[in-house]
Amino acid sequence: MDLLRFVTAGSVDDGKSTLIGRLLYDTRQVFEDTLASIERASHAQGLDELNLALLTDGLRAEREQGITIDVAYRYFATPRRKFIIADAPGHVQYTRNMVTGASTAHLALILVDARKGVVEQTRRHSALAALLGIHHVVLCVNKMDLVGWSEARFREIEEEYRAVARSLGIDAVTVVPLAALTGANIVHRSGELGWYDGPTLLEFLEAVQVPDPARRAPFRFPVQYVIRPQSREFPDYRGYAGTVAAGSVRVGDAVRVLPLGAVTQVSAIDRFEESLSEASAGDAVTIRLTDELDAGRGSMLVAAHDPIAPVDVVEADVCWMREDAPLAPGQQVLLKQTTRRTRAVVESLIDRLDVHQLTREPSPAQLRLNDIGRVQFRLMEPVVADLYEACRETGAFIIIDPATRHTTGAGMTRAAAPAAAAGAG
Amino acid sequence: MTAHAVMPVDHDPGLDLLEAEAVFIMREVAAEFERPALLFSGGKDSIVLLRLAQKAFWPARFPFTVLHVDTGHNFPEVIAFRDRRIAELKARLVVASVQEAIDEGWVQEERGPRASRNRLQTPVLLAAIARHQFDAAIGGARRDEEKARAKERVFSFRDEFGQWDPRNQRPELWNLYNGLHLRGEHMRVFPLSNWTELDVWRYIARERLEIPSIYFAHEREVFQRDGMLMAVSPFLPRLPHERSFVETVRYRTVGDMTCTAAVRSSAKTVEEIIAEVATARVTERGASRADDQFSEAAMEDRKREGYF
Repeated sequence: MDLLRFVTAGSVDDGKSTLIGRLLYDTRQVFEDTLASIERASHAQGLDELNLALLTDGLRAEREQGITIDVAYRYFATPRRKFIIADAPGHVQYTRNMVTGASTAHLALILVDARKGVVEQTRRHSALAALLGIHHVVLCVNKMDLVGWSEARFREIEEEYRAVARSLGIDAVTVVPLAALTGANIVHRSGELGWYDGPTLLEFLEAVQVPDPARRAPFRFPVQYVIRPQSREFPDYRGYAGTVAAGSVRVGDAVRVLPLGAVTQVSAIDRFEESLSEASAGDAVTIRLTDELDAGRGSMLVAAHDPIAPVDVVEADVCWMREDAPLAPGQQVLLKQTTRRTRAVVESLIDRLDVHQLTREPSPAQLRLNDIGRVQFRLMEPVVADLYEACRETGAFIIIDPATRHTTGAGMTRAAAPAAAAGAG
Repeated sequence: MTAHAVMPVDHDPGLDLLEAEAVFIMREVAAEFERPALLFSGGKDSIVLLRLAQKAFWPARFPFTVLHVDTGHNFPEVIAFRDRRIAELKARLVVASVQEAIDEGWVQEERGPRASRNRLQTPVLLAAIARHQFDAAIGGARRDEEKARAKERVFSFRDEFGQWDPRNQRPELWNLYNGLHLRGEHMRVFPLSNWTELDVWRYIARERLEIPSIYFAHEREVFQRDGMLMAVSPFLPRLPHERSFVETVRYRTVGDMTCTAAVRSSAKTVEEIIAEVATARVTERGASRADDQFSEAAMEDRKREGYF
């Protein structure tokens, strides 16, 4: 059974919690004790019917203030698939939360209220999904009951959204009419939507195939940890443990160790007492090499003939997540990319994305909390990086504050200059 | 859900994915921390953790100290199991004892028939982390267990007081975990974040892992309290109206005898447990954890104090 990860986004009051609650409830994931507790809470709120939104209720501060602070992860399974939902709250800290939720998602589920149609937040959420490399969006046109189940209204919203998606480069869009409150078209079909001949939301989620670009990308293996048992049974064992970030590798393949540059051969691929002949993207393995090399955590194995060269000037779209200080030119930061951590300096801020207008303002003085902008970094040591759209695993990095050690931002590599050309960078 | 349960466990790409993710997380901990510990309770989740640690560093031994917070009210079967498994793995075990902490006078035993040592585990755990200078503690918590856990990070930051502050958590993107911290701060790490109860059981079946006998159906003298079946034991005084009887039960979770309830069950094999879990209509913690029944936010409050 495979796994689909999706992020949900919507603006305030468009029924996202009810939709997720309905998805869990109608796929029978809700246990009796949980149900009893939301029944009590629904009655306390003076409601006659079950408030399914309470199923996604979170921390005390959130209940007290009626807000959602943070991304929550929810799990459900059907006989066909297992699902992980990253539930990103719509209002407070929406950029930081949406970017976080989208970073591990295969597709985005975006909600609109059928009465309001495509609003500014719909464009913003879609733009963030596109920025994070999500090319599959399901637009859920919710509250169809409140527009008299009107096909004309649905088609109007669909057409408008398809134009928005096209302009953002989102190439796979599915639009589903539904009503989370009544459950129409979420798991079960409904007579009121007789004119709609597409899949229900769940049918779509169960069937959709999202290609993983990492599988087709060239081989990348960031060394995570060197395994040297030095035991009586394995006196000379030296293995490079890690997870294949992209592509695949076979025993006997010639590989290059970067940034060292040395070429050697894969002598074995181990996975706990088992010898594999091949490993591909996502596999956590231990690779042994024919030659003893000075490779360690942060080294990257690539195919011997792969022309990729380490870079030390990187241009990236950055989402700044620090509350108490902005990002500004001249600042020193730590970047963690794959298994490598390196010091870097902010050379320049190239532009800042206006998430309301979806335009880019050149040369901003700084990036503040929840700002997104194109930033040029100069790295103290060269790294092996791909462009984010070619390979998420090697194109993404996080920014760490050297003083507090907290994570302060996220970056997606959009351009990079080889180390040799750094002086000109 | 039922169909999921009957799927063969040997060829399950979903389990392969969860295993690879957990192995990756274990290796990040080994690489980014100086003195990592692995929290072991003898429960099924920590048994899976030990297996994943064994796999992640094979053929070397895993570079973690195993830390058990012993309330002194554990099921004897579980302690025997712990000692056997630790010896097999040639691992280093540190036991942090709640009984010793009570004897030394730095934690106070609760009084009354509903007294439990559950909350006392927190100061004892934090003291062990400080004494051994552990900078990371790997735990078996899952996000599907409870609503306060649904927002938990894989690398969960704890301040110098060991506390979890939901407003002071680090953004966590992709698989780029940030293990950097200042002296005195530490990280709780949860490699099973994305596993469900059913995944854990399916993995136990696939790996043919040994688990303590109390997970399987057996006859036990129990009494009913707050709708739950509690084991008769010297650690848990009964109220006058609480009459004991013998019932065929098993445990869905393994914790302290004072706050872990049994469920009626006839499941005698892992396969039968999987079938039972797949059709269960009550959550694991709702069925068997008295410690979560104090209030709507019981888990959240304990997490803030520094609980597992």
